[in-house]
Amino acid sequence: MAAPMRRKSWRLDAEALGALIEALIKQGYVVYGPQASDHALHWRRITGLADLPRGWTQDLAPGRARLEPDGGDALFHYWMCAEGLKAVLHLPQVRVMAARRENGAFRILDNPPPAEKCAFVGVRACDVAALFILDRVLLGDRYADEIYRARREKAFVVAVHCTASAPTCFCASLGTGPRARSGFDIALAELTEGEAPEYFAEAGTAAGMDLLDKIGAHPAPPELARSVEQACSRAAAQKRRVDAHAAPQIIDALFDSPHWERVAKRCLACGNCTSVCPTCFCVNYEDRTSLDGQEAERWRVWDSCFTQNFTYIHGGSVRASVKSRYRQWLSHKLARWQAQFGTPGCTGCGRCIAWCPVGIDITEEFQALQASAAAAVLPGKE
Amino acid sequence: MSTLASTAAECRPVMQPVPAVIRSVTKETHDTFTLTVAPPQGDPVTAFEPGQFSMLYVFGVGELPISISGDPAVRDTLTYTIRSVGQVTYQLVTRRPGECIGVRGPFGTSWPLKEARGKSVLIVAGGIGLAPLRPAIYSILRHRGDYNRLVILYGSRSPRDLLYRKEFEAWGLLPDTQALATVDYGGVSWRGHVGVVTTLFRLVRMQPQDTVAMICGPEIMMRYAARELEARGLPPSQIYLSMERNMKCGAGFCGHCQLGPYFVCKHGPVFAYREVKPYLDLYEL
Amino acid sequence: MAPTEIRQVLASHPFLEGLPEKYIEMLSKLAFEVSFDQDEVIFREGDPSSLFYLILSGKVALEMAAPGRQIIIQTLDAGDELGWSSLLENTSKQFRARCLEPVRALAFDGARVAALCEEDHEFGYHIMRRALELVAERLRATRFQVLDVYSPKGARGR
Repeated sequence: MAAPMRRKSWRLDAEALGALIEALIKQGYVVYGPQASDHALHWRRITGLADLPRGWTQDLAPGRARLEPDGGDALFHYWMCAEGLKAVLHLPQVRVMAARRENGAFRILDNPPPAEKCAFVGVRACDVAALFILDRVLLGDRYADEIYRARREKAFVVAVHCTASAPTCFCASLGTGPRARSGFDIALAELTEGEAPEYFAEAGTAAGMDLLDKIGAHPAPPELARSVEQACSRAAAQKRRVDAHAAPQIIDALFDSPHWERVAKRCLACGNCTSVCPTCFCVNYEDRTSLDGQEAERWRVWDSCFTQNFTYIHGGSVRASVKSRYRQWLSHKLARWQAQFGTPGCTGCGRCIAWCPVGIDITEEFQALQASAAAAVLPGKE
Repeated sequence: MSTLASTAAECRPVMQPVPAVIRSVTKETHDTFTLTVAPPQGDPVTAFEPGQFSMLYVFGVGELPISISGDPAVRDTLTYTIRSVGQVTYQLVTRRPGECIGVRGPFGTSWPLKEARGKSVLIVAGGIGLAPLRPAIYSILRHRGDYNRLVILYGSRSPRDLLYRKEFEAWGLLPDTQALATVDYGGVSWRGHVGVVTTLFRLVRMQPQDTVAMICGPEIMMRYAARELEARGLPPSQIYLSMERNMKCGAGFCGHCQLGPYFVCKHGPVFAYREVKPYLDLYEL
Repeated sequence: MAPTEIRQVLASHPFLEGLPEKYIEMLSKLAFEVSFDQDEVIFREGDPSSLFYLILSGKVALEMAAPGRQIIIQTLDAGDELGWSSLLENTSKQFRARCLEPVRALAFDGARVAALCEEDHEFGYHIMRRALELVAERLRATRFQVLDVYSPKGARGR
């Protein structure tokens, strides 16, 4: 990936954006965009601008993720789908093996991964960062996940810079947003000061540049680029933050901190956070057989470390208490991930805060842990 | 297209089992059996290092990690010693010769046979933990001149739970080799040692600085043994444990086998004590 | 055994390792050699404590029985000690000690050793210190044993 240089930028109106989507479809992409269903936004196939949630906004707060109409014309006046792109790239359910009994033995059948040429329109910077993280976990380690690779390789990413932050956002403290720096083919920013929304666009790859040229977009006037930069800067002033660099040092020492018990009293171990987290990757494998027992399949399904038997030995669960499971999730996400993969596992999207039914706030919890670590080393403590 | 990190992926999809024919099923104890399986001629699943494991698949039932317990120099079959404790293991041990199971692997890290060259080797096994250590013993015996003394200490619940008894006795008769077994509960006719396996340490003469210990057994047993050996002067960098966690994939994807920052399937199962020591004593890690 | 031999044997027995020369001398005057045949019972459960042994050769089983059950809890070998409770008053033996092989040992009257500990507190410290370490080690091993780590519920998957 080339280092971010002064990029060529374009100015699009809604019509041009529509043309962009059409061009992607013509190129054979299945285009995904945020769509409202079940009172939330999910990544769904779109066929044009009309499928995007025009005039919707989100109310995000601890324990609250509401979709509300705002009566405007903006196409991106909300923040994020309930799940990250893992809903499409790291499929919630996928068959990994099929086999059939034959001659007293069994034969593994051909089972090509469901490769789809996907394009995503409306990917926030935090979710672009999540893609990098998932790439490292699923492709960059000893073994590669072929199913993820088949879909990821061909994916076309149209990102959207955030010109405002939700109360639950903390991407700035993790360096993952509000503006996407790389990892996209095209990045847009929607500006709604004028009569109609207009779109700033920049290319991150040659493919992105080609597409923008193809739809005949006009170059962006310098003040547009400046407006975007200013808006993104303002959006970076976020209330919430996580000092992830501090996590590895303190997380082991705080293993027996009474703080975990306090969180555990509230945590339901429902696993919502792991479902909506764009980087949680844990899976389980299920065996399914035909009724006559002649055919068997193995299916891979999303799993969560909050389930009681997620980790077990000796016929018993290793993390029987909710406290231990919450501790595992937070420790892994912020600290241990760094030892495993070189970066924190968190992108600061804030989904876990909003979608937690009881509003547990990872930034708050980590700050409390930091405070107790600091208190433990203060000299002259009574 | 965004950056894709380059990968070290293997040629065959790592989640694809290889059907292997069962050659023999031998009863070791009342609940433990040894299977030998033959993958297709020349299939690379048979090339393994002592300490590694395979993911064994029973058609339509499930899959789990089983340590390879045979001789690494034998390249046409794989050997597994399996204790029947759940659905999948029960299915594995009740297969008949001629039937088929799926094999993936080998996965994981191996016993430090290279690091132990020129030193004495202390093998400490508990229960079925002797199975993952047996390939290391075979390797050492095959290159006996590379090592000094060989001491094999083995603890089990009761005499009827001891594995590989005839082989074990034969090992004890080899020159410069000590093989001692002990049980937690002796019966009327047992005339050997009774007591936990750490009680055998006092019967072993060794130069701690010059010894590499390889420990495998229930986690509590490994904790006690490693702690005791360190107290007796073995450097933690010369003590190795084979850790265990449930595994769904064996290849670092499913996330289940994490132990602190480690994936037991990738960074283990064999760990230097030095690596895992900070995590062993954390309850519900 | 000649007195010099007894002294040598005591000086090199692991239990008394590091004990000052003069105390080895004291103990050697109290020690007397004993031997048992295979299957001979050294003491029964409930025996009022009197003798304390340093095992020189052979194997001893500490065992317990109840109707239908007979369990060996631990075995002791050359270099081990048997009957430490004799050093304490009003304690009786908790297990039966039976020889699995012919056994040779040096025996002491526990009450006399305890009296010496009273007279010479430095000697007493040395003996009690060693007894404490011995009991701590047995306790560790026993607690570990109690966990029954090899039981089917505690089995390894592989």
